[in-house]
Amino acid sequence: MAKLESSLKNMLLSLTCITLIAAGALAGIYTLTIDRINAQKAAAEQEARLSVLAGCEEGTPVMVETDGFGGKMKVMFGFAPDGTVLGYKVLEHSETPGLGDKSVWWFQDEAKPAQNIVGRVANGTFSVSKDGGDVDAITAATISSRAFLKAANEAYFTFRGEEDAHTGASQMVKEEEEIEETIIIDEKEAQDE
Amino acid sequence: MSNAKQTFLNGIIKENPTFGLVLGMCPTLATTTSAINGMSMGLATMFVLVCSNVVISLLKNLIPDKVRIPAFIVVIATFVTLVQLLMQAYVPAIYATLGLFIPLIVVNCIVLGRAEAFAAKNNVGLSAIDGIGMGLGFTLSLTVIGAVRELLGTGCIFGGRLFSDDYGMLIFVLAPGAFIALAFVMALVQKLQKK
Repeated sequence: MAKLESSLKNMLLSLTCITLIAAGALAGIYTLTIDRINAQKAAAEQEARLSVLAGCEEGTPVMVETDGFGGKMKVMFGFAPDGTVLGYKVLEHSETPGLGDKSVWWFQDEAKPAQNIVGRVANGTFSVSKDGGDVDAITAATISSRAFLKAANEAYFTFRGEEDAHTGASQMVKEEEEIEETIIIDEKEAQDE
Repeated sequence: MSNAKQTFLNGIIKENPTFGLVLGMCPTLATTTSAINGMSMGLATMFVLVCSNVVISLLKNLIPDKVRIPAFIVVIATFVTLVQLLMQAYVPAIYATLGLFIPLIVVNCIVLGRAEAFAAKNNVGLSAIDGIGMGLGFTLSLTVIGAVRELLGTGCIFGGRLFSDDYGMLIFVLAPGAFIALAFVMALVQKLQKK
């Protein structure tokens, strides 16, 4: 078959047909896969919920969304009733591969207490050491780290908000926490020296 | 048969997309922060490359010359979106690691380059072989650059630690390191080929 000539009619016809077929194919595949995609996402969330609670039955999972370096960052945190971070899981993110995407494990690395937030008692003031906080930021990804810690703080406030509604006893707990937090900081400084 | 073999090897060695044709530099520089990232990007690109080469070679007589570029781009973008949807639905674990890179394939000029330079002039079988050859060549070079950057930057290869993180030169994981690593690997490949 000879090649179609570049006449206006041919060009219009050919492009229209190609885009129509492409749109049709995409629409078809989208309809076929959307249920499965949503089911997968729900399953991932359910799994995250279990994993961030780390087996603690009284824990609360909190999901937050924040702006990272490359786009939206969706993280689930698990809190014990006293505000201890039980664990977290990054569900969606667009951070730089090799740098900001380390946030997936960086803040729960048990071998490095200076950057690990799991096991610490949250009080909504996590910040990177560059900003005067006590969490080591991801090397060369300070913005991603700030975003992550902001998410952690937001999650904590959401969690506290819920707790308040249920028990009304959070104020007392909060005071206790602050004391514990100071102790942790002291220990850390002692280690540094 | 020898023609098919030649087409296949052409993409891997003589006209290697990265070191020979120097096409597709954006994903090459952006995604090779580690060996596994480079390899994943290479494999995903290979899939799109083979599909788009086959379809474009089938459609080549139905596309008038003057609108071939938009037509090719539509075909390529369609495949990329298809891959993205299918991966999300059936292999969410792989999508979680690769997801970031998938949309980047559309702007990879190696895919358009092969559509234009090969698939639009050759039959379906050869075009598919060209896609596989080029895809493998691209995957190999991205894996090598990724491995060099990962090793010098963090002391690991494919995540396996060879020396402590403290001795890693962070610049190799960052953008400038991409250019440096690419240049040195390319120079080495050129020297080896000249011999």
